[in-house]
Amino acid sequence: MKTVKSSFKFHGGVHPEYHKDLARDKAIEAIPLPGTLVISMSQHLGAPAKCLVKAGDKVVKGQLIGEKGGFISANVHASACGTVKSVELKQGAAGGYANAVVLETEASDETAYMPPLDWKTATREELLKRVDEAGICGMGGAGFPSSVKLNPPPDKHCEYLILNGAECEPYLTADFRMMLEHADRIRTGVEIMRKVLNGPAVRIAIEANKPEAIAAMETAFKDIEGNVEIVILPVLYPQGSEKHQIYATVKRIVPEGGLPIAVGCVVENVGTVAAIADAVTLGKPLIERVTTVTGDGVNEPKNVLAPCGTRYEDMVAFAGGAKENVRKVLSGGPMMGFNVADLGISTTKTTSGLTLLTEKSVFQYSSHACINCGTCLRACPMNLNPAAISCAVESDDIADAEKRGVMNCIECGACSFSCPAYRDITQNCRRAKAAIRARIAREKAAAAAKAKG
Amino acid sequence: MVAIWIAVGVVAAVGAVAALALGIADKYLSVQEDPRIGLVTAALPGANCGGCGFPGCDGYARALVAGTAANGACAAGGAACAEAVSKILGVAASATERRVAVVHCCGTRSNAIRVGDYNGIADCASAAAVAGGDKGCRFGCLGYGACANVCPKHAISIVDGLAKVDKRLCIGCGKCVNVCPRKVIELVPAKATLHVLCNNPLRGPEVRKVCKVGCMGCHLCEKNSGGKEAGHFTFDGFLAKVNYENFPTDAVIVEKCPAKCIVEDAHFESGH
Amino acid sequence: MKLILSSSPHAHAKNSVHSMMRDVILALLPAAGCAVWFFGMRAVWLIATCIAASVVTEAVCRLAMKRENSIGDLSATLTGLLLALNLPPDLPLWMAAVGGVFAIAVAKQAFGGLGYNPFNPALAARAFMLISFTGAMTTWAFPRGYEAVEAATNATPVDAVTCATPLALIKKGDVAQLASLKSLLLGNIGGCIGETCAIALLVGAAYLLIRRVITWHIPVSFLATVFIFAFFKGGVPPVFHVLSGGAILGACFMATDYVTSPITAKGKIVFGVGCGLLTMCIRSGGGYPEGVSFAILIMNAVTPLINRYTQPKPFGRA
Repeated sequence: MKTVKSSFKFHGGVHPEYHKDLARDKAIEAIPLPGTLVISMSQHLGAPAKCLVKAGDKVVKGQLIGEKGGFISANVHASACGTVKSVELKQGAAGGYANAVVLETEASDETAYMPPLDWKTATREELLKRVDEAGICGMGGAGFPSSVKLNPPPDKHCEYLILNGAECEPYLTADFRMMLEHADRIRTGVEIMRKVLNGPAVRIAIEANKPEAIAAMETAFKDIEGNVEIVILPVLYPQGSEKHQIYATVKRIVPEGGLPIAVGCVVENVGTVAAIADAVTLGKPLIERVTTVTGDGVNEPKNVLAPCGTRYEDMVAFAGGAKENVRKVLSGGPMMGFNVADLGISTTKTTSGLTLLTEKSVFQYSSHACINCGTCLRACPMNLNPAAISCAVESDDIADAEKRGVMNCIECGACSFSCPAYRDITQNCRRAKAAIRARIAREKAAAAAKAKG
Repeated sequence: MVAIWIAVGVVAAVGAVAALALGIADKYLSVQEDPRIGLVTAALPGANCGGCGFPGCDGYARALVAGTAANGACAAGGAACAEAVSKILGVAASATERRVAVVHCCGTRSNAIRVGDYNGIADCASAAAVAGGDKGCRFGCLGYGACANVCPKHAISIVDGLAKVDKRLCIGCGKCVNVCPRKVIELVPAKATLHVLCNNPLRGPEVRKVCKVGCMGCHLCEKNSGGKEAGHFTFDGFLAKVNYENFPTDAVIVEKCPAKCIVEDAHFESGH
Repeated sequence: MKLILSSSPHAHAKNSVHSMMRDVILALLPAAGCAVWFFGMRAVWLIATCIAASVVTEAVCRLAMKRENSIGDLSATLTGLLLALNLPPDLPLWMAAVGGVFAIAVAKQAFGGLGYNPFNPALAARAFMLISFTGAMTTWAFPRGYEAVEAATNATPVDAVTCATPLALIKKGDVAQLASLKSLLLGNIGGCIGETCAIALLVGAAYLLIRRVITWHIPVSFLATVFIFAFFKGGVPPVFHVLSGGAILGACFMATDYVTSPITAKGKIVFGVGCGLLTMCIRSGGGYPEGVSFAILIMNAVTPLINRYTQPKPFGRA
């Protein structure tokens, strides 16, 4: 095991103000069990889970209540004991609606976990099955199901397992606290994943502004065998983006439209790795996570361990309540977080933070015409031409935006962040991507209808 | 003098060569086109609205002449246009009835609550993607004018945060219907005079939380139009919908609607 | 208190159109200071007239077009300042005012304002004035402390004497009278009020580079091309071509105008090389002794084409 500095710098990137000092020194605290949980069937990327319970059912903590609804999907488990009040459409943080189980909780120590496994003796297939059953998905934000990541197609081999501890999003400190306080679980998780992936080299990627986390990881992985390195990344947003992290750690470039496995890499967030360890050693499905409740709009910023499905209002109340002059509530951080209008929304497996901002830290803007300055081109980590894409979308020329590679956009927001004319570049890219996805879906449906007859 | 004649000679020679080239080109490169295409294009309204599903009036005319499109798909031209086309082509026109767009929402800024101040691209789909839209009601018109932007006749205006259709200008092309992310616009017979201006199928109390004038599904309109048997209204959850196959005309329905969301055809004039 | 709803990102860097324009104006202050030092109150009046004409025209145009007032973004102030620095010291003030009005009303607002203008407004106005007021635009007063004047005609008031610019001397082949390298660097030569002092301009350019308002691509490729062309052409030492005329002012402050120059690094280099080549072609073969303005204006017209062929390749695209 050794520690190295990354020497590969990707194009672009920006330096937002990090504000991590608000919660970085706050130890993880478990929230008292809330009276109501709203557990969404769509907490991950891909098809929503099929709900297995109905109003009036009694459920036990850890019980399967949603069965994965496709290949790219994940199981959902009850985060607490209680009675199902209803199953209804509820709004998620991204604005869409999905089926959700409204659970009246009751205090009980009863659990319905899976039997613990000894990862050293268990077979690769058993471990993979466990990760699949435990409903584990990427906890960094995108929520890609881990069982799919850990089971690459037969013609692909994973050479590098990259642990994403960059946490480049401003304000958030959940992953940082995980590395500090749960380094042992992360290590167990890494060893399990290494076994499942047939022994790849391990790279633990952490940004240079988290020396304590680097030290904690060094201690935890001190005596590990095999090719393991801690890679210190330069502080640069979006260092936590999968593609850019792969480039910064092993200098490989994921091809356009491809997954990391195309270049022999699997990237997993540190929180996810700890969840995998729990699923195997304790038999505990993914039913809780650490969420940073922060921002100048909350009275006591905290890193909160909360069951999935905790409503934002309960989270904020646990963090000392919101200040009166809050003007913005974000699910996530300020760069990629979703703006929400309602504290009745509940957390999911991917909610890494809740950021409440007051008038002081919120800006309202009006856009100026593009002055062609090229700041966005220099900021774009995907090396796109955001200015031209944005102008194309504004004149409804989606085809031109597509030609310019808008589908590569990772929506990191570096362009809008740095635009001196305050243009809605990221939002325009999103609009183009949605239009293109809709068109592809239409074409697929038309082709399917044609094939049918 | 000589110089002038040289100039005249050169210009004349260039002209002669060019004329010859044009003559040859006309003979060998000319494209034979069905003359009826020009006639049909002339008979169409020329709005190029795309409502027929073809790229502009010329595209539709070509399809008509080729026999791949049915006569009568032009909403803008209506029956008169279909008749003119059938005279040219000798094909029967399918029956057309003038249809116009109606926005099933009356949640103006004062009627419907907004949960926040939206700051971003003034486009309905983009606004709807931020926290599900700034309007408390997730079924109503957002008022960012995506419909107004695509309307080829400028028949739609945004008034007090709500899209309004000028019936006189609307050609029923349906572009607005397709672009609306809330699916709140519908093409209805121009003759229909009563409309339910609400699109929220939730229970009354849920609707009341977000809008003063939303339909609560009280069925009074059905009662006042002769009961269920009369079939003037259908219901989707707690939302009344006019059955435009058999639309009601009685003004009493409007008077008795407790939510005030059934209105007699609003004579909105856009000023365009 | 209502919540604000917007799409991510919810944070913004501390920059704006205003701050960028302000930085360019600050970077031009040394050059403006030198203009005042060498040409006295004439320079002050020229600068004041051009800025006032530009800003007032901007306000009037926006009002007439029923759009929001845009003088706050400082782009009109910058245009006025740049235009003034590109004028000869003895130009009648009314002509300067006409130039300011033309720059804003015709070259900028007629196209829709900042961001839409295809040509650099200050340069378009200068070209317009060069054609309209040819005599006044090509009469150069001696700067204060001009060596030759000091020696010969100590008592003569500065305004009454005209001198030839270094480029005019090069064109005439009158290399003997050419100013020293030191005068070229300090600006103690004939020329437009803002273009003479190379050091002041380079200090300003360095500020813009450090503040990342401009990138090195256009100035370096522009001036390098001028240097290399002059080197192969022979005659005067190539550094004279770089330091005289509007080369530095043009390369650092005019060619780098965002709106009218290419957006990618590759495009900027093509643009700079094109400007350099055209400048030297005009200087050595054209009717005018100086060609920077026309070179940049011609390249402005080519910018959309350069943009088209110098698109960046997305990360991961083979």
